[in-house]
Amino acid sequence: MLTETVNERETTKAEALQKHVFPSSTGKMVWILGSILLACVIFAACTGALSISVSELWRIVAFKLGWVSEMQVEEQKSIVFWIIRLPRVCLAVLIGAGLGIAGASLQGLFHNPIADATLIGVTSGASLFAVFVIMLNVKYFGMLNELAGAYSISFVAFVGAACTTLLVYQLSKLTGDGGVTTLLLCGIAINAFVGAMTGLMTYLADDAQLRSITFWNLGSLGGANWTSVLAVGPFVAISIFFMPYLSKALNLLVLGESQAASLGVNMKSLKQKVIILATMGVGASVAVAGTIGFVGLVVPHIIRTLFGPNHRTLIIGSALSGAIVLTLADTLSRTIVAPSELPIGILTAMLGTPFFIYILWEQKRKRL
Amino acid sequence: MIEVRNAGFEVRGRKLLENVSFSVKPGEFWAIVGANGAGKSTLIKLLSAEHDVTSGAVHFHDRDLRKYKLKELARKRAVLAQKNNITLSFTTQEIVLMGRYPFYDADPSQRDLAIVDMCLKKVGIGHLKGRLYPTLSGGEQQRVQLARALAQVWEIDSGLLLLDEPTTGMDLLHQYETFQLSKELTRKNFAVIAVIHDLNQALQYADRVLMLKNGHVHAIGLPENVLTEQAIQEAFGLPVQIIQPEMTPYPVIVPQVAPVSYHLP
Repeated sequence: MLTETVNERETTKAEALQKHVFPSSTGKMVWILGSILLACVIFAACTGALSISVSELWRIVAFKLGWVSEMQVEEQKSIVFWIIRLPRVCLAVLIGAGLGIAGASLQGLFHNPIADATLIGVTSGASLFAVFVIMLNVKYFGMLNELAGAYSISFVAFVGAACTTLLVYQLSKLTGDGGVTTLLLCGIAINAFVGAMTGLMTYLADDAQLRSITFWNLGSLGGANWTSVLAVGPFVAISIFFMPYLSKALNLLVLGESQAASLGVNMKSLKQKVIILATMGVGASVAVAGTIGFVGLVVPHIIRTLFGPNHRTLIIGSALSGAIVLTLADTLSRTIVAPSELPIGILTAMLGTPFFIYILWEQKRKRL
Repeated sequence: MIEVRNAGFEVRGRKLLENVSFSVKPGEFWAIVGANGAGKSTLIKLLSAEHDVTSGAVHFHDRDLRKYKLKELARKRAVLAQKNNITLSFTTQEIVLMGRYPFYDADPSQRDLAIVDMCLKKVGIGHLKGRLYPTLSGGEQQRVQLARALAQVWEIDSGLLLLDEPTTGMDLLHQYETFQLSKELTRKNFAVIAVIHDLNQALQYADRVLMLKNGHVHAIGLPENVLTEQAIQEAFGLPVQIIQPEMTPYPVIVPQVAPVSYHLP
């Protein structure tokens, strides 16, 4: 170093000529994941009880857009595509993106790779609030029309998710630097409470209500229609649009809260922003699709391994691959036991749990 | 540059610091010394605005520290904390670039990247630029953090650098290089305030020394006036002897410890 000091001026000159590169995989990643997502969406739209070929799909879309005057495809396929298939695929994309982004940002906020909306009880909090409103709505708010009803449930689920996250965050702060143990214990407590409430409702419920409670617990995109897409859309869009702006602050949080503050991060406002944005997606998706676990945990992990831990890459990548994973999982869930449907939450948990155990295993092994 | 007037800090009725006053001018290298729990880190936290003083005041560039916004402070001074655990696999370059975050919006400019390279070279780890931070040794990690703090204040006129035990885990060569670097910065009109454990290093490099004992200022002033045999014994409870070897330009502090007895009672 001492010799370098002497040569400082020369090196400055030499360096002024050479171009400085900062290796960033964001652009490349967006292209790769974007095209995979497009392929998945087309695949999902074509697959199902009534199979649509890609050329038929093209003609259906082209006819709707007025590019061709004649469709030359059976009317039935067109209706299935526009009324059943497309809203469902859109919903899967939106919810997947919302869950992925929520997972990535919550892990950043808690600077802990185990923070996941399902594990720490955020999803449960959201579904608890949503179920309450549904029960009240049936009894007292019958006057709300369909869309307003869907919006209000999304909003209330979001409030529930936000409150739970805030509670977990404050509790984990009490025992020091966001310790894993506290986080998971909070999750256990909240999940147990929600489990008790669900048990109570199961005890009181009639047959129809039992079915909808099961729906909340297992998660399903079966109820997809354009109303639910419209109800989720704005929440997820806001989250996707604004979250990347917080990526620098989330990166700094890696240095620890006090060092982040010395680099100009206002912890209080960052905390509020992340919690609100992250829980918007989770809340809205819980409102229309129930509990879909492990997407928010597994997806950011894969992106981090493939493209590095920089939150800018991580957040965009998690949104894209969350959408990919959920679109594929939903296609699988509605074809694997056709004509019946397997709730998607069962699938994501079945695939997610081994992966989660693998992460824990890897973490332990790395410490050796 | 930074002026501390009768500053005190207490938590739940326990006084961690009381009645601390001193004033740091640009171009000065201050060493804070004292026994464990004397309040050194607390003082750094007061100076970095992580904690607010509970009595007295801290003025930075003639303005109350509490009136600064965090973003504004981030462009005027850098802080290097004692513990830096990072488990996520960021590269060295990404970590040092974090020091430039207060200065750009979405993408780093060529200038920012050039500063990162320069700071990495300054602390002698230019070759580790692409390595993953968690795979580095403790001393190397500490040097990455130092480079990060350096990058933050690199372009500022008369910036302030607050270092809490900057040389933890570094080998002997890099400890001395860190102090050389700090001295070099003070020549560029920077002010450096560092918590230092090795009294010999404080004696050798510091322009001023602040000695703390139980949250009070025990002695303050020029190193040779503060680091006396008597003061060190009072603050650390260890008898020392200060000798002036012929070969070195600096006096050396040697602890007077009785030889270890092998006859256990």
